[in-house]
Amino acid sequence: MDASGFGSPPKKTWVGRSVPRLEDLPLVTGRGRYAASVSFPHQLYMRVVRSSHAHGKILSIDSSAARAHPACVAVWTAADVAHIPPIEFRPTKIQGLEPYRQRVLATERVRYVGEPVAVVFARDPYIAEDLAELVAVEVEPLPVITSATQRPGQFEPDRDTEPVVIRKEFGDVKGAFRAAHAVIELDLAIGRHSGVPLETRGAIARYDAQRDVLELHGATKRPHPNRDMLARMLGRSPTTVHLYECHIGGGFGVRGEIYPEDVLVCAAALKLGRPVKWIEDRRENLMACNHSREQRHRVRAAVDAEGRVLALDDEFFHDQGAYVRTHGARVADGTASMLPGPYHVPAFRVAGHYRLTNKTPAATYRSPGRFESTFVHERLMDAIAQKLGLDPLEVRRRNLIAGAQMPYERPLTVQGEPVKLDSGDYPAHLEKVLARVRWDELKQEIARRKTAGEAVGVGIAYFLEKSGQGPLEGVRVTVDTTGTVELVTGAASVGQGMETVLAQICGDALGVDYRRVRVVHGRTDVIDYGFGANAARVTIMAGSATHIAATKLKAKAIEVAASHMLEATPEMLDIVDGRIVRKDRPDGPSVTLAQVAKELLPAAALAKGRTPGLTADGIFECKHEAFPFGAHVAVVKVDRETGGVKVERYLASYDIGVAVNPMLVEGQIVGSVAQGLGGALYEEFVYDDNGTPLSVTFADYMLPTAHEVPDVDVLLTQDAPSPLNPLGLKGGGESGITAVGAVIASAIEDALDAPGMVTQLPITPQRLERLLRERRA
Amino acid sequence: MSNETDIILTVNGAQYAVRVEPRRTLADTLRDQCGLTGTNSGCEHGICGSCTVLVDDEPVRACLMFAVQAQGRNIRTVEGLANGEELHPLQRAFIEHHALQCGFCTPGFLMLGVSILEREPDIADDALREALSANLCRCTGYKNIVKAVRAAASEMRARSATR
Repeated sequence: MDASGFGSPPKKTWVGRSVPRLEDLPLVTGRGRYAASVSFPHQLYMRVVRSSHAHGKILSIDSSAARAHPACVAVWTAADVAHIPPIEFRPTKIQGLEPYRQRVLATERVRYVGEPVAVVFARDPYIAEDLAELVAVEVEPLPVITSATQRPGQFEPDRDTEPVVIRKEFGDVKGAFRAAHAVIELDLAIGRHSGVPLETRGAIARYDAQRDVLELHGATKRPHPNRDMLARMLGRSPTTVHLYECHIGGGFGVRGEIYPEDVLVCAAALKLGRPVKWIEDRRENLMACNHSREQRHRVRAAVDAEGRVLALDDEFFHDQGAYVRTHGARVADGTASMLPGPYHVPAFRVAGHYRLTNKTPAATYRSPGRFESTFVHERLMDAIAQKLGLDPLEVRRRNLIAGAQMPYERPLTVQGEPVKLDSGDYPAHLEKVLARVRWDELKQEIARRKTAGEAVGVGIAYFLEKSGQGPLEGVRVTVDTTGTVELVTGAASVGQGMETVLAQICGDALGVDYRRVRVVHGRTDVIDYGFGANAARVTIMAGSATHIAATKLKAKAIEVAASHMLEATPEMLDIVDGRIVRKDRPDGPSVTLAQVAKELLPAAALAKGRTPGLTADGIFECKHEAFPFGAHVAVVKVDRETGGVKVERYLASYDIGVAVNPMLVEGQIVGSVAQGLGGALYEEFVYDDNGTPLSVTFADYMLPTAHEVPDVDVLLTQDAPSPLNPLGLKGGGESGITAVGAVIASAIEDALDAPGMVTQLPITPQRLERLLRERRA
Repeated sequence: MSNETDIILTVNGAQYAVRVEPRRTLADTLRDQCGLTGTNSGCEHGICGSCTVLVDDEPVRACLMFAVQAQGRNIRTVEGLANGEELHPLQRAFIEHHALQCGFCTPGFLMLGVSILEREPDIADDALREALSANLCRCTGYKNIVKAVRAAASEMRARSATR
């Protein structure tokens, strides 16, 4: 019996169930509509002429041969886009970065190989490519910086290549080091790698003079903020710029930011009066789309005799590449803030040198700042254990923040918001993980195999994630006269399954089958605002807004049905499978949502003094992030001769608070573990001393295949719902990648009985073979 | 361009008369001239396998084959897998086992998977994993793709056993 005194009918719920995705049918039948499939009549194709020099002064650009070709429509260089300001990056509290922004075409200097120098427009993509090769760029080379640990050089006269040093500090660091039982020092490096979605970037712009609207197709991730940015750069009102999301072939942080090419197609569509299409090729993608991750940390920990951390002191060097782009210094700032991870650290000091180099600009890749900082704090935990002769598990147990300490506030901010860990019993979760993998048996089995001569080892790593970036998200839910539910949101999709998840939440709150809900997203012409798909935020922010909107809509429908249709009071009614029924007689008289929608058509509604439309808006506002957490266990086998590493077993655990669709969450975890294995073992953007990128094909930049990735086991727990939103949600988009570098390093050291050996990612066979050779020598 | 050739491509049983330069790839021709945009190009250098189609029942990287080379051969693409409204067992298995996220690599994996199932319906697990490592997926971590192909294999075996 519920509070109203009427019995509740049995109700089907959708949240918590692994129902199939709404997204899949077009995608398995070849009807996906990715950017390359968007075409408009009379469109032109844009091809970018890119710098082949890492740093130099542009002496001349000769495009006469290209222009002379009959199929050439236009060639643009910096002079043609001089009116367009440099590309903006996200607002940030870190000041002084503006002078380092990138212009849409290089002006006076080139600063990385791949930088757009000119663009060619033609009627055919093959011909556009031919013409681009006819453009001759003469460059006088300047000194090249290829490492952030090199001394800063000159960005331009009176400006060096270190725009900012990020400093954070709390507690008595000096005192802690003075009083320490031991000090552990490590020098650690994370390699340059990135999201590398399988779909390259694409942008198609057209200008419609009739409506005075500029359209950009192929947008994603942050359509609304990007609309505002493009409007500012092109001097237009934001209401005359519409962005449209297509299907997106993977986001991972890099896709959907504003890059030079997005601005160029828009400017060209306006200027040339024809739709303009640009589709990136893979070589371009690997040298022009955001890179990420590259950092070097010199970290020290002060510990007591029991291995408890008294203080952390880290100086790190963040390789930003050639320009400040898209995210400003957020990745470096986030790395600094997340460095203590899930551990209680009484005193803390960090100096993050945010430095420019002559490489592709960098920004976020899935779990930005956390993949890096987790590698650092987990390498430290293993090193502490080694130094004090303790079990690495015991060191972690002693340092993990206890459940009783929640919520746990750290005197740090991340992206301007305080770091307040919202919920979770981290030590209890660790015990669950150990039980799942039967840790003691596993250790014994490893020991047996080692005795038999195998180089096999097991590692463990604990991580803290963050999710649900605000400030807010909005959803409008409308039921039409067929009973179909339309859910419109300013959040975006990058292929993660957000349509299904929002439909499930809507289904429960409204009382309809989730398959009746059509989710509209990534369009700036149907909703005025939105904050997109990033930072594991969609389920939390848009999901909570969906819950609010659908709950309001349900009340509205019940109210109409109660007074006009069912002769009941609202408390007596519920909505089950799209029908409004009496709770005490669910099989009795009922009305459908479609009927209520008809009652609320404008004329009918106004005649009864009602507001027309069966529709409701919901806004969820929350500036605080929810912090999920978990641990990884990996078993690896090393080939001592080749340095090859085989990952035999992998467990990824994750506490997500509440899983709306466990199958999709597990999909996110398994998929991001695979990406993490790439960054841990194979993927690296390598440069030579002249700043020439060497990883510009998939033969050189190696993504893991089914051969390298084991069947990842997932332990998904829901023990720590977040108190920050109505459903207790935490984000899952970055869930499985965070600890991969750390755990693989740990397992390899165990396999080789070589504590402290692994200090650099990725652990490629070449690197490991060299380390093994050095050890033998 | 002056050196265009008229060719006829047979795709999913239908004939497409197209005029192409010799250098135009099969992938671009299928997409831009036959209107079959289900075949995606992910790398254009033959590694990712997103553009995998079947040519005379063999999996082929459509980015590495010129359209003129495909003349007179039987081309199958993802658009031809379903029989009207009825999905191919592998398409259904991909949905049921959540073997896709962004869906970009999916047409290529479906065609690769179909070729494996047709050639070797009893393929052992190790060999299946090895065969599927021909294509790249950036979203799923492969676990569910392997699972889906296995499920479709057993369904197709069961179906042919009852025939």
